[in-house]
Parts: sequence; C-alpha cells; structure tokens
Amino acid sequence: MNDIVIEIKNLFVNFARYSALENLNLSIPGGSFVSVVGPNGAGKTTFLKVILGLLKPNQGSITILGKQTDELSPFDLGYVPQVKTLDRSFPAMPIELVSTGLKAKWPGKMKQKDKKPVMEILEKVGAGNLAKRPLNKLSGGELQRVYLARALIRKPKILVLDEPATGIDWIGENDIHKIIDDYKSEFNATIIMVTHDWEAAYHHADHVLMLNRHILCFDTPDKAFTEQCLRQTFGHVGHRHEMIFVGRHHD
Amino acid sequence: MIEAFMQSFMLRAMLAGILVGFMSSYFGVFIVQRRMSFMGSGLSHAAFGGVALGILLSTEPLWIAIPFTIIASIGITLLKDKTKLGSDTSIGILFAISVALGIIFLSLKRSYTADAFAYLFGSILSVQTSDLIVTMILALLTVLTFFFYWSRWAYSTFDRELASTDRIHVTIDDYVLNILLAITIVVSVKLVGIILVAAFLVIPAASARLIAGTFFSMTIISICLGVISSIIGLITSYIFDLPSGATIILVQALIFFIAIAYSKVSIKESI
Ligand SMILES: Nc1ncnc2c1ncn2[C@@H]1O[C@H](COP(=O)(O)OP(=O)(O)OP(=O)(O)O)[C@@H](O)[C@H]1O
Ligand SMILES: [Mg+2]
Repeated sequence: MNDIVIEIKNLFVNFARYSALENLNLSIPGGSFVSVVGPNGAGKTTFLKVILGLLKPNQGSITILGKQTDELSPFDLGYVPQVKTLDRSFPAMPIELVSTGLKAKWPGKMKQKDKKPVMEILEKVGAGNLAKRPLNKLSGGELQRVYLARALIRKPKILVLDEPATGIDWIGENDIHKIIDDYKSEFNATIIMVTHDWEAAYHHADHVLMLNRHILCFDTPDKAFTEQCLRQTFGHVGHRHEMIFVGRHHD
Repeated sequence: MIEAFMQSFMLRAMLAGILVGFMSSYFGVFIVQRRMSFMGSGLSHAAFGGVALGILLSTEPLWIAIPFTIIASIGITLLKDKTKLGSDTSIGILFAISVALGIIFLSLKRSYTADAFAYLFGSILSVQTSDLIVTMILALLTVLTFFFYWSRWAYSTFDRELASTDRIHVTIDDYVLNILLAITIVVSVKLVGIILVAAFLVIPAASARLIAGTFFSMTIISICLGVISSIIGLITSYIFDLPSGATIILVQALIFFIAIAYSKVSIKESI
C-alpha cells in the first residue's frame, strides 16, 4: 500500500498535571480514511491539534509526510475545526473565510480571479448561495459546509476533520460524506475524521481509531467495532452498539 | 481663517491631527474586534506615568513616555500569558501602578507644571516639530504594517487557532501590534489628552463596524472617519477656541450616531 504519512511514537500530552494523551503509537498509511471515536473528553480534539502542530507533545515524536510538524507547509494539511461559537461580531463573508484556505492569510479586497475557485468549491459543498452573506448570519450546519470548503480548496494531502457533520441535516450529512469520499479517491488523500457517528465511521472509514486517553483499538471497522473494543473505550456499550450490528447485517 | 492656517502651530497641529487620526483609527479596528478597548485606557494611563517622569526629569516627556508605555504594554501581555489572570485584570494592575507613579513623580516636582494639564486634556499649542517628526516616522511604519501585518492580524483577530494552523506566529504578532499601539497612544496624547485617547481609538472603528460588511472595508472606513473627524474637529476647535481632543471626540461621536442611524435604515431597507 502507500507509504506511512503520519508516524507517532510514544506520544504524551499533558495540560498542567492532567494527562490528556498517554503513550500513543501509531502509523497511518497514505490514502487511508481513519475515523477517530471515543467519549467526550477522550482527547480526540487534542490528538488532532497535535497533528496540526497547534500542540507540542510533552514526550515522544510525531512525523508527518516525513517532516516535523513545524517544518510542514500550511498547505499540507486541511482542517475543519469542531463547530464552535464563532466570533459573531467579526465582519466577514464566507468567500473570505474560504479564501484563507487558498492563501493562508486573511484577504483584503478580493480579486475576481481569486473569487472564481472559491465560488466553485462553495457550490460543490452546497453553499454557493451563501457566498456573500454575513458570516455571522449563517446557521451551524451552513457554517460547517463553509469550513469544509475552506479545507478542501487547498487540496491537502491530509484532511483533518473534527466532527464535520455535526449540525448538518440528514440529507446534507450524506452529501458531506460523499464529498469527503470523492475528495479522498480523487487525490488519494489521507482523511482523519473525529466523529460521534459510529455508522458513518463504520461505512466510510477503512480504519477506526478508538481513543480514550490511550489508543484502545486501531483496526478495520469490522475488527474495531467489537464489543470488547467499545467497552474498553466507552466503559459501557449502550444501545447504539446494536445499531452498528444491524447495519452490519445489511451489508 | 486663512492666516490662521498659515500659522505654523496650526499647520503642525493639522498635520499631527491627520496622522494621529489615521493611526489610531487603523489600530482601532483591531482594538474593537479583539475587545481590547480597556488596553487603550491602560496604555494611555501608562503614558501618564511616563510623561510625569519626563516632567520630573525636565526632559522632553515624549522620550520617557514612549519606552515607559512600551514596557507597560509588554508587561500587560506577559502578565496575561504567564499567569491565570485575564487581560482586564493585568491591565487594571499596570494601570494603577502607572497612575500612582505618575502622581508621585508630579508631586516630587515641587514647581507647578502647566505641562501636565496639557497632557491630561490635550492641546494643539503643545505640538512641537519634534513631535511631528516622531509622528511621521510612526505613520510611515503604520503604512508598512498595512502591507506586512494587516492580513495576519486580521486572520488572528478572526480566529487565533485557525491562523496558527496556517503557521502564523500569533504571539509575536501580538507583541508587534501592542508595541505600535503603545507608541501611537503616546504620540496621540499631546493632541487628544490622556483621558480621551482610549475613546479616540475606539469610536471611528466602532462606527465603521456598523457600516462595513468585511474587515477590509471596516479598516478603510475607520481610517477615513478618523482622519475626517480630526480635520473637522481641529478646525472647529480653532474657530470656537475649544480644547482640541474633546472637540475631535465629539465630532467622532456625532459620526457614530449617524452610523447607527444609517445601519438601522439599511437593515429596514433590506427587509
Ligand atoms: N487547553 C486545555 N487546557 C486544559 N485542559 C484541556 C485543554 N484542552 C483540552 N483539555 C482537556 O483534555 C481532555 C481532552 O479534551 P479534548 O477536547 O481533546 O476532548 P474530545 O475527545 O475532543 O471531546 P469532545 O468529544 O467533547 O469534543 C479534556 O478532559 C479537556 O478538559
Ligand atoms: Mg473534541
């Protein structure tokens, strides 16, 4: 298969005295689709931030595309952050936010030739009609699409998504996953997606990473979604576990 | 009128007013969007401490006030970054220390100083050629930041984390912004006065925010409003013999209320 694009060795991250990630060891081959699942506070976002170079590990090493995180170009990685309370007072339009994906800086007066690719990608994620609305008037799901467009426009080798389908309606959710799948096959990109949606993880990913401070399982969906892995990761399994197995019988 | 403008003090004041109006309304957009207006108050009161020390030492207060205020701005940023205190608390503490020092310095200078009043309330008569030179250099630097820093500052104002993922050194950029802000405040003080400088930084940017749809247009509109209100304010203050700083602020405030009315009307129209 492809070369390893993300290599993590004995990685620890602490916040003051709280240890968020402990002794992670992981190799992710290029072109894979990894779903990261785990309970709230498991360290999933922290894990992504280490990949993005926003957090330095307290111990251990991480190599991405053969480089240290601070040697990477901004264009190597695309990032869709976890839906958060946007600064609603900042005057901006979706085309501007998406253009930061292309330029890695905030745009001044946008030129026509820069607007064209931005409009195309916004159309693609189903947000073409939003391009010039005030950013602070968008709904959570609309905002999520704009952030996805921002990440895709730079055509990154590695796409990092933190719960990208949160707040998106059911039809829209399928659209979003299709866009991600298409992007992956078109560019042979590596996808790292945090999700609470086990079904999406099961159907779209080729690897599932179960995380709860430690890596508890890292395997194909069939081998990762076992009662044992789920119990180790979540403490208990709950009724959603049944749904996965129902889904599995359909396949 | 015409002769008045030929008088060199008025020319100096007008030029200083335009430059100071430009710089403070430009930095003002970051202050407003980063909710740092208290930083403006803190730094202007730090400037008071510096000015008082300058008066005590019988030197040109500007030369003492600039480093004094820069140190205060670095102090505020460090205190915020290195402790669990919020920036409002660290500003409040440095604010109090600077004013206390200023009062002590002035009281040590036994002879009465009219100078101190000029700094508190601002005076066009006090603008010297040396002030004007410092202001011009700073204005030039400010123009340069428009090309090298604006888009980075804008990005990290929008979202620090997103800007960091794009390899922007947000912390270093913050220091650059705060240091330039400190110098801008000191050079504005002579014209506007310590008490009003913070408002002077905020009002044009706030008006621009009401009208603008993008951060870029907000910046441009703010600069235009800042410069225009300085010009109108200085002329009015000359004609009616009013204090310059207070008059400029009132002109800015008038524009602010017009901007509110305008934004309400345009919302109604769009419905
Ligand atoms: N900057 C920080 N300072 C201190 N503690 C932090 C910080 N960021 C995260 N933590 C802690 O680290 C743990 C992991 O947080 P993280 O955001 O990675 O969880 P998560 O798996 O993404 O959770 P969720 O599903 O709710 O998004 C949490 O207990 C959190 O309180
Ligand atoms: Mg999270």
